[in-house]
Amino acid sequence: MPTLANSVGNGRRLSGLLALLVIAALLGGAGAGLALEGFRSGGELAGFDAYLRRVTAFTLWQAALSTLVSVLPAILFARALHRHPNFFGRRFALALLAAPLALPAVVAALGVLALWGRAGLLAPVLASLGDGAWPGVYGLSGILLAHAFFNLPLAARFLLAALDTVPADQWRLARQLGLSPLQTFRLVEWPALRRALPGVGALVFMLCLTSFTIVLMLGGGPAATTLEVAIYQALRFDFDPLRAAQLTFLQVALAGGFALLLARLGVAAAGEAAPSVSRRQLGAIGPGETALNALILLLGLGFVAGPLLAVARAGLAADLLRLFWEDPVRQAAATSLVLAFVSAVLATILALALASGGARRGGRLGMRGTGAALVLAVPPVVIGAGWFLLLRPRSAAVLGPAFLVASVNALMALPFAARAVQPAWEAAASRHDRLCRSLGLRGWNRWRIVDWPVLRRPLLMALSFSAALSLGDLGAIALWGSDRFQTLPFLLLSRMGSYRTADAAGLALILGAACLALVLLSDQLGRRDAEA
Amino acid sequence: MRPAFLAICTAAFLAVPAQAADLTIYTYESFTAEWGPGPQVEKNFETQCRCDIRFVSVADGVALLNRLKLEGENTEADIVLGLDTNLVAEAEATGLFRPHGVEPQGLRVPGGWTNETFLPFDYGYFAVVYDSEQVKAPPASLKELVEGGPDAEKIAIQDPRTSTPGLGLVLWVRAVYGDRAPEAWAKLNERVLTVTPGWSEAYGLFTSGEAPMVLSYTTSPAYHRIAEGNERYKAAPFSEGHYLQVEVAGMTAKGAGNPHAKAFLAFMTGPGFQDVIPETNWMFPAGRTEKPLNPVFQDLVEPEKTLSFSPEEVAADRKAWVDEWLEAMSR
Repeated sequence: MPTLANSVGNGRRLSGLLALLVIAALLGGAGAGLALEGFRSGGELAGFDAYLRRVTAFTLWQAALSTLVSVLPAILFARALHRHPNFFGRRFALALLAAPLALPAVVAALGVLALWGRAGLLAPVLASLGDGAWPGVYGLSGILLAHAFFNLPLAARFLLAALDTVPADQWRLARQLGLSPLQTFRLVEWPALRRALPGVGALVFMLCLTSFTIVLMLGGGPAATTLEVAIYQALRFDFDPLRAAQLTFLQVALAGGFALLLARLGVAAAGEAAPSVSRRQLGAIGPGETALNALILLLGLGFVAGPLLAVARAGLAADLLRLFWEDPVRQAAATSLVLAFVSAVLATILALALASGGARRGGRLGMRGTGAALVLAVPPVVIGAGWFLLLRPRSAAVLGPAFLVASVNALMALPFAARAVQPAWEAAASRHDRLCRSLGLRGWNRWRIVDWPVLRRPLLMALSFSAALSLGDLGAIALWGSDRFQTLPFLLLSRMGSYRTADAAGLALILGAACLALVLLSDQLGRRDAEA
Repeated sequence: MRPAFLAICTAAFLAVPAQAADLTIYTYESFTAEWGPGPQVEKNFETQCRCDIRFVSVADGVALLNRLKLEGENTEADIVLGLDTNLVAEAEATGLFRPHGVEPQGLRVPGGWTNETFLPFDYGYFAVVYDSEQVKAPPASLKELVEGGPDAEKIAIQDPRTSTPGLGLVLWVRAVYGDRAPEAWAKLNERVLTVTPGWSEAYGLFTSGEAPMVLSYTTSPAYHRIAEGNERYKAAPFSEGHYLQVEVAGMTAKGAGNPHAKAFLAFMTGPGFQDVIPETNWMFPAGRTEKPLNPVFQDLVEPEKTLSFSPEEVAADRKAWVDEWLEAMSR
């Protein structure tokens, strides 16, 4: 039935193309705005001087190391989480993994320092290990620590999702063959992990590559400077849109190069052609492995929860009741939630369209996932400034600042959403395409009967991660925010900037709690479906 | 979806049409916050002029100038309020401002005021603020701060590439050390805990106890004393003098055609505006006041000498001085 198959393919390819067009338009518009302004003001392209060379080298070095220290432990952590699907508090622990995403970098950095800092909780212990007083973690170690705090949980969550795609039949087979834990890892778990690693690695790499506040605040001095700092400087203090665009281009090129490298390490998904028939049941776990996993889980959760607890403790000291009843706080909370909801839906739709447009077995599977992550190498503030310049004759108010912020946030969340949706979509496509074709199932019916049930949970995960990310965003809002259009992080920074540290801490707690609630809610929705 | 939620969504996503106001003032965020000077100033001026003013606020002074550059001649601003003297030359170079034409009475900015485009509304001095529970012998001069060595109490400073106080410290060191500034920075580097992108991050490190000293303003302790009843944080007087920061406002080309704009600038240097400043913006009033200053302000560090460069000097050398800082601090 070649015609039927083609008609299915065309519709999907069209939606993928449409999604690409939306992304290209958003980025292209910004680029056009910057370039136009650059040439209008007679700017010239700057050379690649010694300063830029040093900054580029440091940017790459810290991003590569940060990726390593985030992703490698995440493999162990995700595996331990996967092997123990029923321990007490597991659902809450999983929700906790999304919480760092919603925290503004400065809040997270202060949380990390509350533990590891010069005057941190662990300082006495660390001081007794070395000689003299604990100097704090400033320098590369501090940057790595904070990046791991942000990205280890993220990587673990996505790797866990990858492990969940291992068909139940493989587990049954492993059990029947009596494979040892090591053999199981090598033959069952590793292939799934390896498929996901390039994408997850690229995602983490992008996030560390474009890190700004963390790098400056914990880097200890300007020797630790990333390209993102240079971009910000070009746009802010020097107001040189052309240079900003140029540096952004350099950053995207670096990110692209790394993504390519990673994609070569990955393998194309072989896909499981037959739908699973057996119930999901993992092999028995010996006491030794249980103890080891417990230790890994304890360390991993402690590492993530420690700074979060410090943030929560500082927040509880604030006058939360008064904060809740303040009009600006309630308005900002409403704005934040609406924006997060809209941009998460947008990002998820885009991710779904991209996945469906490109789903063909074999080939450059790894590349598409990592390609989406490239969007992250474009700083939101650059997109914002570009659009501002492009719309200038009629002022940004024409399109509505909320619309622009939501679109930019959606774009930034897209790589996360794509990460969540794509593997599941590919697995589903390779499992069901033939069956659907032979049954003549397509369009809405196929979606309702075949795709929706398997994609519901990944889609909800995409939604909740995108929402968490948008909730914490400070990039787009920095340009379009005003006293009439504020989000919670915007309000938080504004309080922090006028001595109201306690208010800021309280807002951070509210922000984190809102994020947890969102993630738990989406988890609940996904679960209800699984039980139905 | 619930109808209420739907309503919020629609409201947020429809372009909010610019409300017709008689006077539009661009300023920074903390000016218009409910605890800032904005609300009171708005009330006072509106009773005087029987007109309606609208504030549009962005993050800070630098963002303010950038917003103006982004909008160019299409800006809706009549008045831009909240640039500091270091940005004045650059702001004038945009060609978007017009002379204010106001003869202000009773300006009291240290060093006097002659600029014809911008008028000052408040001023303050940069200072090293310390936690008296952690620092028993605070530095008495910039020299003592610089030469403290690696074992002395650490300080959190801001990056001059991204923040106004950061640039302030670069200018301060330059004003005291002149061409020997790079050596001073190399020494001070041993004492710097970290360099943050902005004031908030450094001050957060300070109030969380992580940094015992921070670069801030002589007026910072006034906030803690008046608003929190807390005497723990103090500013250290430096014998070489303190670097001055003056905040100014100016009128755009659009504002030049609006009679309320000039009236506002005249109002700004008088008591209806100036009385509000000290305990909302935590700076010193630059014009005539009627209410006496809170006694806490009398206790603050009063610099023996005021240090400052002209806007033109800053505009000409800023880049070289920041590069110098970068070079010395990157080792």
